[in-house]
Amino acid sequence: MAETTANETAAPAASAGETRRDFIFIAAGAVGAVGAALTAWPFIDQMNPAADTRAMATTEVDLASLQAGQQIVITWQGKPVFVRHRTPAEIEAAQRDDYAALKDPATDASRLVQANGAAGKPAFLIVQAACTHLGCIPTFAAGDYKGWMCACHGSQYDTSGRIRRGPAPLNLALAPYTYLTDTSIRIG
Amino acid sequence: MAGPSTYQPASGFTRWLDTRLPILRLAHDSFVAYPTPRNLNYWWTFGAVLSMCLVVQIVTGIVLAMHYAPSIHDAFASVQRIRRDVPWGWLIQPIHAVGASMFFLAVYIHMFRGLYYGSYKAPREVLWILGCVIYLLMVATAFLGYSLPWGQMSFWAATVITNLLGAVPVVGTAIRDWLMGGFAIDNPTLNRFFSLHYLLPFLIVGVVVLHVWALHEAGQNNPAGVDPKEKGDTVPFTPHATMKDLFITVVFLLLFGLFVFYMPDALGHPDNYIPADPLVTPTHIVPEWYLLPFYAILRAIDFNVGPIDSKLGGVILMFGAIAVLFVLPWLDTSRVRSMRYRPIAQQFFLIFVVVCIALGWCGAQQPAAPVIPHPAFKADLRWVEGGTSATRTVTATSERDAVAGFEAAAQEMRQAGAQLVLVNRTSPTQATLTGVSGGTEQRATVQGRDLDALEAEIGKRKASLGAASVPFVEVDRKEPFVFTVTRFSQILTAYYFLFFLGILPLLGLRETASRVPDTIAKSIRGGAH
Ligand code: HEM
Ligand code: FES
Repeated sequence: MAETTANETAAPAASAGETRRDFIFIAAGAVGAVGAALTAWPFIDQMNPAADTRAMATTEVDLASLQAGQQIVITWQGKPVFVRHRTPAEIEAAQRDDYAALKDPATDASRLVQANGAAGKPAFLIVQAACTHLGCIPTFAAGDYKGWMCACHGSQYDTSGRIRRGPAPLNLALAPYTYLTDTSIRIG
Repeated sequence: MAGPSTYQPASGFTRWLDTRLPILRLAHDSFVAYPTPRNLNYWWTFGAVLSMCLVVQIVTGIVLAMHYAPSIHDAFASVQRIRRDVPWGWLIQPIHAVGASMFFLAVYIHMFRGLYYGSYKAPREVLWILGCVIYLLMVATAFLGYSLPWGQMSFWAATVITNLLGAVPVVGTAIRDWLMGGFAIDNPTLNRFFSLHYLLPFLIVGVVVLHVWALHEAGQNNPAGVDPKEKGDTVPFTPHATMKDLFITVVFLLLFGLFVFYMPDALGHPDNYIPADPLVTPTHIVPEWYLLPFYAILRAIDFNVGPIDSKLGGVILMFGAIAVLFVLPWLDTSRVRSMRYRPIAQQFFLIFVVVCIALGWCGAQQPAAPVIPHPAFKADLRWVEGGTSATRTVTATSERDAVAGFEAAAQEMRQAGAQLVLVNRTSPTQATLTGVSGGTEQRATVQGRDLDALEAEIGKRKASLGAASVPFVEVDRKEPFVFTVTRFSQILTAYYFLFFLGILPLLGLRETASRVPDTIAKSIRGGAH
């Protein structure tokens, strides 16, 4: 009788002790791992763009003083943006090449669309300045297509900012803009 | 450490200390009594030079940080102020800037030494991998440090390198913005780069401690690549290695001093004396000399491979070039450690060294520049003088057969007597065809040194013909084969990877090595090498 009791209690106690310890170990480990991840996250995420940087900093540009054949480079969210007043010849060249063999096909009209979806004006092209290869700022009105030419590795863009030759994979990125009046725009 | 400690505390104090913190015993066993192979040559002294370099960078860096202002408005001026106004700044700033180059010079010698003498093979795999970790940390530290003076090269090198991360599919942009702390390199970037540039050298110190620990556990390799077996194979570290290390350190410091005192800016780039301007890119962006080979590998890939575009391909190979070093211990199948006894491997190694230097040269050139002279670029021009031009608009039934339709229409016009036809596609299904009939057909060939010169010539000719009211000119460009820097880099890159992934694994299985001496003593008596 005494023996049976001893056996009965000893055996389950031993295995119960094992499983309980395992359980506590795994549970504590799991909580610890989640805790470590939760603690690490703020320290990783703090490096992301801060609220003031992220706040859609908008930039307004007055187009009245910009003559045909000129461009200005402004910064929006710290990134340079080209605002180009195109000459009739440049507009014509851009539209004529809408169906040429393009690396990143896009029509000139689609590259002028405003942030709200309304059509833009052919005279004013607003695109981000960073070369889509590795981010240099291409030179104005240079290269075979007289759009832009990137001196870094030789990418050439046309007067619609489309990539025509060189290592860059994509057209110059559009910058979201809207006309405020006939002669002023807001970027962002 | 090898064998039991032979340290004998000499005084009462050192005896007392030895039972409480045996630090003097550790130093004695590691740097005094430590047995080193007696046949070490001067290639084995660069570890000491590297330790010195690390101390120099940390000491001068801490001083610079006392005067440096990590803000985009002040950084450039603060470094100039260090050089002009801060007492001894004219000396300490160039020591740090030149020091980075000297550090890399020493580390490359150190690494090639390891490659040649097989120091990465068992039992030194971990020692070698720790070295690779140190090298990676050094590259990161130097990249971060180079951005701090906030000159044009600082800014644009940082821009180009962070944009590379944008090549990573899906998460690339998120990682890039996370690293920059914004959408462009800006003040948040400079702040964190300074913080990390201050941190990493201390991580390097930590890994160096592990590196030396692993070294003392496995023992030093030596030019013969055979393990010390008897007492006569080794000599105590002090004075033998200590003196040799000191001697080389002094020689190295002479070179260091030559740069610091006579040409502190020779290794830098003049554009970095122009304050950073996010709106103007320098015409030719280059990294510091010690990263040029990797830059060349990065730019060598100018073609897409399946889903991997050229940009991503370059990034993968650039990181792969360092990653392959980590697995080198398992790539080289040769049982002979030192290449001194591997006559064929020796030659491949020599080519490898030349390839690395040539990659460095490529990294400093414009990618499209020709390496060897090439024939001129030519273009055949055809136009019609006089005659009448007629225009016709063609509409195709669908986008798919548009091109064929336009060509058929052009053919029709030719049969109707047009000398030349120009097809100008104006929409997916429409084209304007201009044909000239009558008049006389003219031909000419223009040429130029390169494509740009050729285009300029074509443009000039077209303009003069336009004035003579020729409606259009047909241009047939004939580009000669140009052996560009990019092509050259591709070949060199292929060899770089072939060396590690093909030559070392296969050669080790097939070569016949020359007779390896059984002991270090025999290797010395056996003649020079
Ligand atoms: C592994 C060691 C290190 C390397 C390879 C390294 C490399 C560099 C490089 C290449 C520069 C740019 C120099 C120039 O072009 O003028 C630089 C700048 C700087 N470094 Fe370091 N550095 C190291 C350690 C440190 C340490 C430990 C500190 C501070 C605790 C530090 C603080 C600075 C500061 C404040 C600058 C900006 C001032 C200047 O441009 O001279 N560095 N570093
Ligand atoms: S960054 Fe413009 S071509 Fe490379």
